[in-house]
Amino acid sequence: MSERCRLSWWRGDGGEGARRNLGLIGVLVVLILIGIATRPDLYGDSGWVWNNILTILKLASVVGVVTVGMTFVIIGGGIDLSVGAIVALAGVWCTTLATQGYGAGGMIFTALVVGLCVGLVNGLLVSYGRLVPFIATLAMMVAARGLAAQISGKQTQVSDNAAINGIASTDLLGIPLLVYILATVVVAGWVLLNRTTFGRRTVAVGGNPEAARLAGIDVRRHTVLLYGLSGLCCGIAAVMLTAQATSAQAEMANLYELDAIAAAIIGGTLLSGGRGTIVGSLLGVVIFSTITNLFAINGLSTEAQNMVKGGIIVAAVLVQQFQFRSLAQFLSRNRLSTG
Amino acid sequence: MTEPADAATGPLAEAPADAADPAHTATGPLVEAPADAVPGEVVLRLTDVVKTFPGVRALDGVQLEVRAGEVHCLLGQNGAGKSTLIKVLAGVHRPDSGQVEWRGQPAEFANPQAAMRAGIATIYQELDLVEDLSVAENAFLGHEPRRAGFVRRGRMASRTREILGRLGHGEIPPGRMVRALPAAGKQIVSMARALSHEARLIIMDEPSAVLAHDEVGNLFRIIRELTAQGIAVIYISHRLEEIREIGDRVTVLKDGRTTAANLPARDTPTRDLVARMTGRTIEYVFPDRPADSGAGAELLRVDGLSRSGEFADVSLSVRAGEIVGIAGLVGSGRSELLETIYGARRAHAGTVRMAGRALRPGSVGAAVRAGMGMAPEERKSQALLLGEPIYRNVTLATFGRYARLGFTDAGRERAEADRIAGSLELRPRDVRRPVRTLSGGNQQKVVVGRWLLGDTRLLLLDEPTRGVDVGARAELYQVIRELAARGVGVLLVSSEVPEVLGLADRVLVLREGRMVREAPADELDENTVLDLVMAGSLMEGAAA
Repeated sequence: MSERCRLSWWRGDGGEGARRNLGLIGVLVVLILIGIATRPDLYGDSGWVWNNILTILKLASVVGVVTVGMTFVIIGGGIDLSVGAIVALAGVWCTTLATQGYGAGGMIFTALVVGLCVGLVNGLLVSYGRLVPFIATLAMMVAARGLAAQISGKQTQVSDNAAINGIASTDLLGIPLLVYILATVVVAGWVLLNRTTFGRRTVAVGGNPEAARLAGIDVRRHTVLLYGLSGLCCGIAAVMLTAQATSAQAEMANLYELDAIAAAIIGGTLLSGGRGTIVGSLLGVVIFSTITNLFAINGLSTEAQNMVKGGIIVAAVLVQQFQFRSLAQFLSRNRLSTG
Repeated sequence: MTEPADAATGPLAEAPADAADPAHTATGPLVEAPADAVPGEVVLRLTDVVKTFPGVRALDGVQLEVRAGEVHCLLGQNGAGKSTLIKVLAGVHRPDSGQVEWRGQPAEFANPQAAMRAGIATIYQELDLVEDLSVAENAFLGHEPRRAGFVRRGRMASRTREILGRLGHGEIPPGRMVRALPAAGKQIVSMARALSHEARLIIMDEPSAVLAHDEVGNLFRIIRELTAQGIAVIYISHRLEEIREIGDRVTVLKDGRTTAANLPARDTPTRDLVARMTGRTIEYVFPDRPADSGAGAELLRVDGLSRSGEFADVSLSVRAGEIVGIAGLVGSGRSELLETIYGARRAHAGTVRMAGRALRPGSVGAAVRAGMGMAPEERKSQALLLGEPIYRNVTLATFGRYARLGFTDAGRERAEADRIAGSLELRPRDVRRPVRTLSGGNQQKVVVGRWLLGDTRLLLLDEPTRGVDVGARAELYQVIRELAARGVGVLLVSSEVPEVLGLADRVLVLREGRMVREAPADELDENTVLDLVMAGSLMEGAAA
C-alpha cells in the first residue's frame, strides 16, 4: 500500500498520460540527437549546450503560458481561437501612453485584467449565449484584433518602462526570468488541474457535461471560468511578449492560437475534451521550439520548418488514434505467433 | 400459392398424407398457429438465434418466421430483446449462434448496407433522415441514380415521385426539404427509402409512436398497400389494438426467447398474449418489505407538475424510508417527470418541495443541496466519466466535501469510495480502475454509490436495472431496500412491471403523461398494471 502511494504522486492517477509523456520525451531525445548529428561542432561545447537549452526554453515561454490556459479550455470541452488576439489586445492596452503613466504595476495589472475580461466574455458567449466555442472565439479573435488596432492606431507602441522591458532581459541564477514565469504557470496549472476541485470539475465538464450537470456541478459557470483562465494566461503572455519586443502592436502574437492548440494536441489533450495533461502540453511546446531551434542552428528556412511542424501534428494525432495500448497488443500477438 | 406442394417446401413441413390442408404443414417447436391465414412463401426464418453482450444475454434462442405479404408483429416487454433482434436483422449486430435464413439461403449481414442490398429495410423509431436534404435525396441517399459520376437529379425526382405515388402520397414534392415535413411525412420518406432499395422486408420499430391518432390510419393503409405487393412487414408496437388491426401473426419475445410464434393476431385473447410476455422464466429475488413500511415523514411533495408535450398535472409524494415506483411505457413521460423533479428540466407549471421547502425550478444544484440524488436512465451518456477511475466517479457529486481550500484529498476520496465499493460488493473492488472496464451492473452500482456518500435523503432511480445481469439485479434491489430501511426515500421508474411491483411499497401508473392509478404494491398484480399501462391506447383507439 505504501509503495502504491509513493508511486501515485508521480503517476497521479493517469498512468496512461504518464506513458504518453514518456513518448514525447522520446521525441525530444530524437530531436536532440538529430541536432548532435548535424552540428557536432556546437554540441561539443558544453557552455553552448546549456545556453541553447535556455534559448529553447525562452522561445517556448510565451506560447507555453498561453498553452496552459488553452489546455484547460480544451480539457473542459471547448476551444479558444482568440488567444493570439487577446495577447495582442492586452499588450496594446498596457502600452498606451495613459497606462504607461501608472508604471510597471499598472501595466501588468491592465494586461491581466484585459485578458481575464475578454476571456470571461468568451465564456459567457459560450455557456449562456450557447454559441459554439469555435464560433464565439473566432468572432472574438477578429474583434479583439480590431480593437487592438483601434487603440494603437495601427502604430507600434514602444514600452519606455525599464522594469517591464527588464522582464525579458533579466537572469536569475543564470536562468532567464521568462523561464521562471513559464515554470510558475506550468506548476500552478498542474496543481490546479490535478489537485483542486477546479481541475476535477474541468475534467468532468469536458468528459461528460450531462453527467457533470446531473451530479450537481454548475457546468455553465465553470465554462465561464475556464475561458477566463485562458484569457488570464493570455494577459501574462502579453506582458512577457511586450517585454521581449519592448513594444506592442495589434499584429503581435500572430497565429499563437494554432501553436497553442497544436502543442496541446501533441501533448495528448483530447480535442473532444475530458482528457489531457499540463506536462504533455509543456512537452508539446518544447518540442516545437526545439524544432525551430534545430532549423536555426542549421541555418535552414522557416518554410521547411513549418512543413515539419505540420507533419508532426499529423503524426501525433495518428499515434493518439492508434493508441499505445493497441500497438502493444499488436506487438505481443505477433510475438506469440512467431514464437 | 395454396397448393400443397408449395406449402411442403418449408423445412418444418411434414407433408402428411392429407397435406391438401396447408394448416397441417406448419408445425414448429413452439406454440404455433395454423399458417393458412398467410398465403405467402417464407422469406425470413430465424432459428435459435443467440446474441450476448458483456453481462447480458440479449437474445437467448429466438425463432421467427416471416412470410411474404404478411404483417408480422413482434411483442414483448422492454428488455425482451426486440431492439437487439431488429439490429441483427438490419446488419448492425451479428448473432453469436443460430441460423438466419433469408429467401431460402443462409444469410449473414456484415453491415447495414449488406442488409439493405439484400432487401431488408429498417425504419427506426428515431428516423435516420438528413433533415437538410430534399425528400428525393433522402430516399436515394447512398445509391443515387447517376451517370458518369453525376447525379441524375431528374431521374431521381421522377422515381421518388413514382414511389411516393405507390405509397399513396404523390402530393409530397420530391424537392421539399425533409426538415419542413411533419413527423408523418418523414416516416413516409423513410418508407420511400426502403422501397427505393426494392426492399422485400420492411421492419418498423414502433412507427405509430411519432404519429397522431388520425395519422395511424393512413400508416395502416400504406402497410396494406405494401403487403398487397408481396412485401413482408415486421411490425413492432406496444399497442395491442394496433396489432389486432394491422397484424396477421404475432411472435412474442420474453427475456430474449421466443415464447410464442405465429399466433393469429386478431383472435388470440389479450390474456394469452400478456401471459406469454410476462410468465417469467427468471425469477427475480426481491428483498422482503419491512413489516412497518413507510411510517416516515413526508420528504418529497410534487404538486401539479407539468411540461407541455411530456406530462401534465402530476402530483405525488414520497415519505422517508418509502420506495415509490412509477410504471409506464417509453414515451409515457416517466423519465421526463423524474428529470423535472430533479431540476434537470424546467417545469412549465407546478411545484416540487423537499421537506416542505420549495425547490428552485430548473436547478440541479438546488435539488442536490436539498438532498436529492439521481441515477439517470442512460448510464453511460448521462452518469459516468467512462475513462476516469471508479473512485472519481463515485465522488463526482461529493469531491468538494473532501476538499480543503479547493484542494482535493484523493486519499480520502479513495478510502470513501472503497468503503462504498465494499458495501455494494463492487467487483472488481479496485477503485483506481477506469469505470469503462466494469460490467453494466457494476457501473450502475457506481452511479448509485455516488449518492450513498454525503447526505442524500431522496434517491431518484430511472431504470436502475437496464442492461444489468440477473445476479447484480438482486444485489441492487437489496441495496435499494437497505437504503430505504435507513430512512432514504426512493422514487423508482421502470418499464419492467415486475420490478416496480416487487420493489416498491407504493405504485403509480403513468400513461401518456398522466397519472392513472396510485395504489399500494400488494393491491396490484402484473396483469392489472400492464393493462393500465397499455390498454389506454386501446380505449382511445376505440373512441377514435
